[in-house]
Amino acid sequence: MNTNRLRPRPIQLLLLVPFLGLLDVSYYNVAEPALLGFPFFYWYQLLWVPVTVILIWVVYRRTPHDD
Amino acid sequence: MTTKPDYVAIGIFVAFFLLVTVMGFWAARWNRPSQTANLDEWGLGGRRFGTWITWFLVGGDFYTAYTIIAVPALVYAVGAYGFFALPYTIIVYPFVFAVMPVLWRTAKQHGYITAADVVYGNYGSRVLELAVALTAVVATMPYIALQLVGMASVLTALGLSGEIPLIIAFIVLAVYTYSSGIRAPALIAFVKDIMIYIAVIAAVAVIPSKLGGYGAVFAAADDAFKAKGAGGILLKPDQFVPYASLALGSALAAFMYPHTLTGVFASKSGDTIRRNAMLLPAYTLLLGLLALLGYMGHAAHLTLASNNDVVPTLFRTLFPSWFAGFAFAAIGIGALVPAAVMSIGAANVFTRNFWKAYVNPSISPESEAKVAKMASLIVKVGALVAILYLPTHFALDLQLLGGMWILQTLPAVVFGLFLHRLKASSLLAGLLVGLASGTWFIASDGLKPIHHLVLGSFSVSLYTGLLALVINLVVLGVVHLATSLGGKR
Repeated sequence: MNTNRLRPRPIQLLLLVPFLGLLDVSYYNVAEPALLGFPFFYWYQLLWVPVTVILIWVVYRRTPHDD
Repeated sequence: MTTKPDYVAIGIFVAFFLLVTVMGFWAARWNRPSQTANLDEWGLGGRRFGTWITWFLVGGDFYTAYTIIAVPALVYAVGAYGFFALPYTIIVYPFVFAVMPVLWRTAKQHGYITAADVVYGNYGSRVLELAVALTAVVATMPYIALQLVGMASVLTALGLSGEIPLIIAFIVLAVYTYSSGIRAPALIAFVKDIMIYIAVIAAVAVIPSKLGGYGAVFAAADDAFKAKGAGGILLKPDQFVPYASLALGSALAAFMYPHTLTGVFASKSGDTIRRNAMLLPAYTLLLGLLALLGYMGHAAHLTLASNNDVVPTLFRTLFPSWFAGFAFAAIGIGALVPAAVMSIGAANVFTRNFWKAYVNPSISPESEAKVAKMASLIVKVGALVAILYLPTHFALDLQLLGGMWILQTLPAVVFGLFLHRLKASSLLAGLLVGLASGTWFIASDGLKPIHHLVLGSFSVSLYTGLLALVINLVVLGVVHLATSLGGKR
């Protein structure tokens, strides 16, 4: 197997950001500020869906993907 | 729950069910090559599924009918804690993006069909292959059974009681999966997913307006939990680590199951999978909104015989019959797609890692397809019998254990893609100790997924699957170091 292509690149660290944003529950387990009736806990986590997609997209654009 | 039969809803349900049945049989002809049927064709659709087919297929088989029933039910019962499905189905995608294209490429290069194939190819160990294959099949069986629980709950809501409708639905499913293989769920997933999107978007748009808006829905749920004295719309501090560890452990386990891996391996290219890691989160958004139906159940002051009735009852009370029938059809068909892919995934494992490994090593690719077709029938009949004759909590408990078990195969399946000096012996030791310790914890905790760990003055409650994975990794590391030092001497 060609291992060079598997070597992690710094840009791929962006893939770890959603883990940091979501796995420390203590700082988003609050009700305020609410948005459209959603307590912060809910809209904050829902917001991570598009944010994660954008982060993956940035990495995708910067990673060779010839297959 | 006994309900009077709602004939409008039943009519809509039956019409959609007939539509997908025709599609399921027609799928055998769809996109088929001229060559004879082999396991690559039946079980993986010839590895030719592009971005959109993969999106519908994996979306339909990862976000299952059971999820649609069970996540709102959990949120209804316990509140914010049930919402862990959201971070779970977000952080799974960076993992999929980084790991699954590499796994796909290995499988494509060597013609692997299952995770256990990859393991045998990497390490040449039949014992490790067998351990991974057995874990996969045992973890998948209760998952198939739970799809039936999802379907049974909408049949009950339609007023169709008894076991006959469920048996008919499953026989139909079994027969077209037999003849069309993975192409049947792939084609049906198009219809099913579009229906689910329509049903859920209508629900999250219409229901809150009938109940006074989202603010009122959250307030009603908050009041209900306060009155009950348990649960809440925010987490208690002692739930932080269980919540996060459930999300992380579930995310790492999700793509180790045969049904999700089957979707990955059936893709046309690594890039198909990368694009899907960016497109599949659309389903997560849907799931997050769907979970809030649990709170809407409180706002609508439903009285439920079982938490699992919250979604069907909401649709039945707040929507006209025809739309309730449409939504129930979406959920019912939603059970067929994952059940089909799961039985195909389990059949692939049986054929490649039991039959080919032990019964007939020189089996031809054509005979492999025949064995897998029979195995898929047996798997589904087994799931049906389990649901009809065993109590439902048996399937639930097994599914809980299954998630912990399948997570333990992660090092064996994935690490070899990135690390080249690992040996089968250390992976096997880690896997077996992980399985044993996790099973023992869950059994001694009264079949609860959270273990309270005490190490001296330090104590924490966390998801048992993740704890078992840590033990698995420690054993793996120790055995690896011990054997490599021993080798140098």
